[in-house]
Amino acid sequence: MKHIKTVNKANLSVTAKKGGCGKCQASCQSACKTSCTVGNQKCANEENR
Amino acid sequence: MIHKFKAKGRNVLLDVNSGGVHLIDDLTYDLLEEISPEILKECPKCPGDVLEKLSSRYQKEEMEEVYEELLSLYHDHILFSEDVYGDYSNTAVESPIKALCLHIAHDCNLRCKYCFASTGDFGTGRKLMPFETGKAAIDFLLAHSTNRENLEVDFFGGEPLMNFEVVKQIVAYARSKEAEYGKNFRFTLTTNGMLLDDDITDYLNKEMYNVVLSIDGRKEVNDRMRPRVDGSGCYDRILPKYKKFVERRGDKEYYVRGTYTKYNLDFSEDVMHLYEQGFEEISMEPVIEDQKKGYAITEKELERIYEEYDRLADRIGEVKKSGRHIDFFHFMIDLDQGPCVVKRLRGCGSGNEYVAVTPDGDIYPCHQFVGHEEYKMGNLEEGTFDETIKKEFAGSHIYSKPKCRDCWAKFYCSGGCNANNYIYNGDIHDAYELSCKIQRKRLECAILMKIEESE
Repeated sequence: MKHIKTVNKANLSVTAKKGGCGKCQASCQSACKTSCTVGNQKCANEENR
Repeated sequence: MIHKFKAKGRNVLLDVNSGGVHLIDDLTYDLLEEISPEILKECPKCPGDVLEKLSSRYQKEEMEEVYEELLSLYHDHILFSEDVYGDYSNTAVESPIKALCLHIAHDCNLRCKYCFASTGDFGTGRKLMPFETGKAAIDFLLAHSTNRENLEVDFFGGEPLMNFEVVKQIVAYARSKEAEYGKNFRFTLTTNGMLLDDDITDYLNKEMYNVVLSIDGRKEVNDRMRPRVDGSGCYDRILPKYKKFVERRGDKEYYVRGTYTKYNLDFSEDVMHLYEQGFEEISMEPVIEDQKKGYAITEKELERIYEEYDRLADRIGEVKKSGRHIDFFHFMIDLDQGPCVVKRLRGCGSGNEYVAVTPDGDIYPCHQFVGHEEYKMGNLEEGTFDETIKKEFAGSHIYSKPKCRDCWAKFYCSGGCNANNYIYNGDIHDAYELSCKIQRKRLECAILMKIEESE
């Protein structure tokens, strides 16, 4: 494309199908403790990678 | 829903529901002001009135070219993609409990001025958790975790190292149950560093999956807000201990974590100071406090704070460009392999898959709810646990929060902090707008940094 460059390849809607396994870390246990920061976490489910 | 913004000579377009991130030129940016999903659905060619409106600035052929590209993204479901997650939010039923915040010590050897725990005791008296209570908490977690294999226990306070022997006993007890229950415990600990010594360092580096080391940055900044009981600063005591701790930690996770206040709105200096001291994993959070306090951040400081995040992003970008490593917690974002949307709907999971336990064995939705009696969920000794409160938190997600539903950042912050929402707005479903504004700025910086890295 000439005018638009897509940066990422993922589509969030795809993750709805295999998501919710609960293997990932609870977000508040990482470093925040006073805010909720989820978007920077990793998916811990190998099947989704 | 889309969100677009201009920064550092670039135009960024985020398609909210797919998570698609696009770099667009000025023409596309301006054309999008006139284009809706309805137009893309109905019109195979760029509508005449749109062409007419922008005809003084752009050539017709170019606009038609852009429209075709937009149409292609639309059909690929990465532009104005549909919000298909409402159904998933309705299935946001109760989860197993997989994480505990253990208030191992409601006491502290510092008197940090912004402490949300009332300098350590959460307003409930200075106490240490007995091993029996910690043991009961582990048993509670094992009983309520059903099929979850990875269980998390965070040793929190107050200052958890004031009760270090009990930390060790609880770790040993939990480890002794792993094989029998088919569980994998991940321990974390948050410390102010005052009591770190070589033995404790080696123990924590062996047993803790992550360790959070509290320090606010430059000596004068840290010591102003983090004094000892006698009023003197703690910087000189903790810094060498942290350096040694991290040197010995190897590749395991840690964060040096600070809080910035109105007194250090130039907090990029504090982040970079910590980096220059040898720390590469850094978090620096805004203080969340009653706006009447002198150090509290208010709406008036926001523009200055936005500028400072831009400055910080530039400085971190420079470090990375030179081939060196630094992670700033709030700029970390994985556009391709981040958390699934189910996780993003529910956020931190407080009160549902994550609870806090006090030295008395009282159970709360998270550490920040401790002391708010109306949210006490039960007590370990009494064997009580209020499922009604758990259900309330299970139903807390971005579609249950009116302010979040229409926010472009909802899949990254996941509805914000339930405790902040409650403490400052009186309702876990009512987002705390000051935090939201800061969060949105950080996200724009994070997305832009990812784009820069991809170039």
